[in-house]
Amino acid sequence: MRDRRTMPLGWDEAVDLERDPAVVPDPAEVEVPEALRASITAAMQRYPDRHSAVLPALAAAQKVHGWCSPEALRQVAAVMQVTPAYLSSLASYYDMLRTEPIGSRYVYVCTSVACHVRDARAVYEAIAQEARDQELEDVEVRNFECLGACDMAPMASVDGRYVGPLSEDDAHELVAAVKENREVLPGRGLGDEGFRLPWEDKA
Amino acid sequence: MTGQLKKLTANYDEPDLHRMEVYERLGGYGSARKAALDMTQEEVLDQLEASGLRGRGGAGFSMGKKASFIPEGTMEKYLCCNADESEPGAFKDRVLMQRNPHQLIEGCIIGAIAAQATRAFIFIRGEYETQAKMLDAAVTEAYEKGYLGSGIFGSQTDLELVVHRGQGAYICGEESALLDALEGKRGNPRLKPPFPANQGLYQGPTLINNVETLCNTPAIIEHGPEWFAAMGVDKSTGTKMVSVSGNVQRAGNFEVELGIPVREIIYGLAGGPPEGRDLKCFFPGGSSAPVLTKEHLDLPFTYEAMAEAGSMLGTASMIVVDDSQPIVPLALNLAGFYRHESCGKCVPCREGTNWTVHMLERIDQGDATPMDLEIMAEVQTNIIGNCLCVLGDSMAMPIGSMIKHFRGEFEQHIEAARAARDREHIRAFSAGELAAAGEAGPA
Repeated sequence: MRDRRTMPLGWDEAVDLERDPAVVPDPAEVEVPEALRASITAAMQRYPDRHSAVLPALAAAQKVHGWCSPEALRQVAAVMQVTPAYLSSLASYYDMLRTEPIGSRYVYVCTSVACHVRDARAVYEAIAQEARDQELEDVEVRNFECLGACDMAPMASVDGRYVGPLSEDDAHELVAAVKENREVLPGRGLGDEGFRLPWEDKA
Repeated sequence: MTGQLKKLTANYDEPDLHRMEVYERLGGYGSARKAALDMTQEEVLDQLEASGLRGRGGAGFSMGKKASFIPEGTMEKYLCCNADESEPGAFKDRVLMQRNPHQLIEGCIIGAIAAQATRAFIFIRGEYETQAKMLDAAVTEAYEKGYLGSGIFGSQTDLELVVHRGQGAYICGEESALLDALEGKRGNPRLKPPFPANQGLYQGPTLINNVETLCNTPAIIEHGPEWFAAMGVDKSTGTKMVSVSGNVQRAGNFEVELGIPVREIIYGLAGGPPEGRDLKCFFPGGSSAPVLTKEHLDLPFTYEAMAEAGSMLGTASMIVVDDSQPIVPLALNLAGFYRHESCGKCVPCREGTNWTVHMLERIDQGDATPMDLEIMAEVQTNIIGNCLCVLGDSMAMPIGSMIKHFRGEFEQHIEAARAARDREHIRAFSAGELAAAGEAGPA
């Protein structure tokens, strides 16, 4: 729930000029979980150039480690034979990759234009407040750019499952369900059995 | 011309349409088979060009013409399907992929044949987890059937298709940034030329098309280009998915014939603004399109008419704004989005989006003067056309249009916020709060 306009972690720390830059790690020296290694290797084989596999690889490593930690980057670098710095440049660029340990799950609340005109800001603030009140841990709660579900505005994506339309009144239940690892707002997720927007005719 | 015309979405009520057996039962993959076995590459290309199908991703460029730019030669060629739908207001590709993933795969096969590509990628935004999984499952089915892989449909043509997931960056919807992201780089737009048709993915000739564009191709091959060109008007042929959102009673996707009046879409299909509210303005083609107002409601919804009115059809994502919405917070939200998504490569965009947000914040907080509107409008004109891609323009155009259409409201907001701030200063000063904090009184 930090302000995304702040600078990245460690930007104001002095650079150690004595230290050699991290090189491509020796695969023999880095222990990588077998499943992670297998998924990165499989991803590399899908592309003519192994570098194309870097986003799927980082996403897989993030699933294992919860964020793109230095250790996660070292493991990906060892399997892909690239430098950790290269991976770091990507992890800090893409919104879904976390460069801080803010939570291994996520709740993205859309606050872009189409949701904005339907009071998404209030919904986001209610959810963020609930997350603080209920001391929700290991979940990244943040406002997000348009998630491509403006028909169900205001909406949120809970680990990829789209729920909506939301109101401030849903915040308590949404956060409680995430906390207790229950299905969030059953029947109101896109793709749920019989999901209908409130104004669509019942099938 | 009223109501919906369901061609692309004709079978959407069919249960389990996302499964191969259902899609095939309804005639699916017939066009791809025909294109692979019975037609030459030139014939496929000619049909696409003759249909007048224009890119549905925003730019509206002729799909067949774009494919014809791919040079001859034995080098490896690529097809990229742009499924990075991130434009605020757009959600048509999500539905197309989720309801009917095989239609897109069939479209990719046809597109690949037209471009002589042997490798195809669907670049889908990372947030679309469900849709990516459905596409993956559909691609696996297509491989099992031999519709993808080596010798598709028993022909001499090979085609590998990979669903590639992005990780959250609006700019990756820009075609050259998409290629960089697919190559494993930060998604920064490239200097053009060379255009992707000559030097795209891995430096090879690359055809890039939007999901909806490719989804249209099977029907064109099946029914012929004349059938497609008979729908719509003039150079805006065919049907179009329109996503309507914002302050309307029935938000959703509607497939309409191009040329339908805008009023029919907003009021007829989407039910218009909520009870007791009136239309203030609308974005006809996603948040990057300059806003239009009530006077434009009777225009036909075509690429040409929207451009003539000073806006664009873009992705045909209509965001409707009613009269309960103040314009300044809306502009601030919009500018904030583009500031966040600017990749930072070009100075006018990186600085322009940032300063526009700062100036709008000043307006909102009562620190601005009416002169700031001139400066802000000037910042917008200095962004347009001065960057590698159109992300900066995508903020500058709608913000510029808001200043143009709602200057009075901006000025009122400036004065009201200034007065409120002054009142607050006086109150705080009288209460002794400012003196305690060591601050000066109202300026």
